[in-house]
Amino acid sequence: MLIKSLAAVFLAAILTENYVLSKFLGICPFLGVSKKLNTAVGMSVAVTFVMVISTAVTFPIYTYLLVPHDLGYLQTIVFILIIAGLVQLVEVVLKRYIPSLYKSLGVYLPLITTNCAILGVTMLVLQKVDSTTLYNYTYIHAIVNSLGAGIGFLVAMVMFAGVRQKMENCDIPKSLKGLPITLVAASLTALSFLGFSGFVDKLIPLS
Amino acid sequence: MSDYILPVLISVAVVAGIGLIIGLVLSIASIVMAVPKDEKAEKILNILPGANCGACGFSGCSGYASALSKGEAKVGLCPVGGEKCAKDAALILGVDAGSVEKKVAFVQCRGNCDNTSNKAIYDGIQSCSAASKIGNGVSECIYGCLGFGDCVDACQYGAVSICNGVSVIDSQKCTACSACVKTCPRHIISLVPYKTSAAVTCSNKDKGANTRKVCKVGCIGCKKCEKLCEADAIKVDSFCAYVDMNKCVSCMKCIEGCPQGCITHFMAE
Repeated sequence: MLIKSLAAVFLAAILTENYVLSKFLGICPFLGVSKKLNTAVGMSVAVTFVMVISTAVTFPIYTYLLVPHDLGYLQTIVFILIIAGLVQLVEVVLKRYIPSLYKSLGVYLPLITTNCAILGVTMLVLQKVDSTTLYNYTYIHAIVNSLGAGIGFLVAMVMFAGVRQKMENCDIPKSLKGLPITLVAASLTALSFLGFSGFVDKLIPLS
Repeated sequence: MSDYILPVLISVAVVAGIGLIIGLVLSIASIVMAVPKDEKAEKILNILPGANCGACGFSGCSGYASALSKGEAKVGLCPVGGEKCAKDAALILGVDAGSVEKKVAFVQCRGNCDNTSNKAIYDGIQSCSAASKIGNGVSECIYGCLGFGDCVDACQYGAVSICNGVSVIDSQKCTACSACVKTCPRHIISLVPYKTSAAVTCSNKDKGANTRKVCKVGCIGCKKCEKLCEADAIKVDSFCAYVDMNKCVSCMKCIEGCPQGCITHFMAE
């Protein structure tokens, strides 16, 4: 049952609840860094990495520090603080011990410090912690969810990088060149992800 | 009154406390795990031109600077910075600078609109790399310059221009970063020594009769220049002449003798 629900959470985070294409979080890197495939992959790997680590830290802090003291309303500011500090710490550690990974993540790591997709993943998962429903998220679920969200980000970025590379060689009307056509393409890509709605529930029924 | 103030104080204390703890951890971490900085590399990076063109063979200027400071690379690999850059770097590293040969890019084609023609009307994407993929390109000569200017776009220094359908390089502006050399889908641009010599402006490797059909100034591989050359500097290989500029003594006999007029006096100023 646990594995089944974890698989459902993982797939849902990638397909039906894709943080970029259906929740519209992290649009800035989605539009900004998706011009080339290799930068898109680098950014996504960094995002996934930070998402998992920050969820791993913020989830217990919320449940064991903020909620017992009735400070749930502080989650936004506290999470930003923690994520920013964590990213800095990870950067320092990577620079010292794994310089190759530090180099490949490069500029993306500090860039995503206060990325809304990361804040969104850490905060939205808390809404699903509700022991009265079937879809109760535990700590493991939250981590798997953030991993799935990162992979979903990667999927969206890589797909969109492909779309943009195709657009480079298209004869686009002058008034639509640049950002307008990119936004149109982004919305169409997002629309295509609507096709996945209900997909995970059918694939892995939990009841 | 205190009912209102207490929650405010608690929340302020919590956020400030978390901030303090994070700040403390970060500052400890930055001291404990400090990476020793390479001062030599930073100094060298300052004197490098900062073009990040990659002509030295390393990933940008910082890659070259760190390779230099570790002694993994030779000074003077940077064609953009040239001799001055090599000397400065050698001074920092305490090694002998040696001499840096200045190079420039050179287009081995003169198939302009007067000398050759197109075999079809091309209405596709206006770039050489795209045009070269369709039926060996639009020009009659399948070796020559396509003239869509991919090299012009690649040049950071504004040294390349398209003149009458053939790219021309301004040797004064050229820094030999080899961006155009890498971009050209026909591979007709090469780096040559910056010196006066003869140079062949053709890359056609077809037999003479076929070359003559497609271009008025194409090398037909008659080997006349090879015989005329005093310095043994010119060689014909697969029906196209090639000048070894280091051997060339600029006697210019090959230029006078070439029946096709495809050898030019390079850098005549």
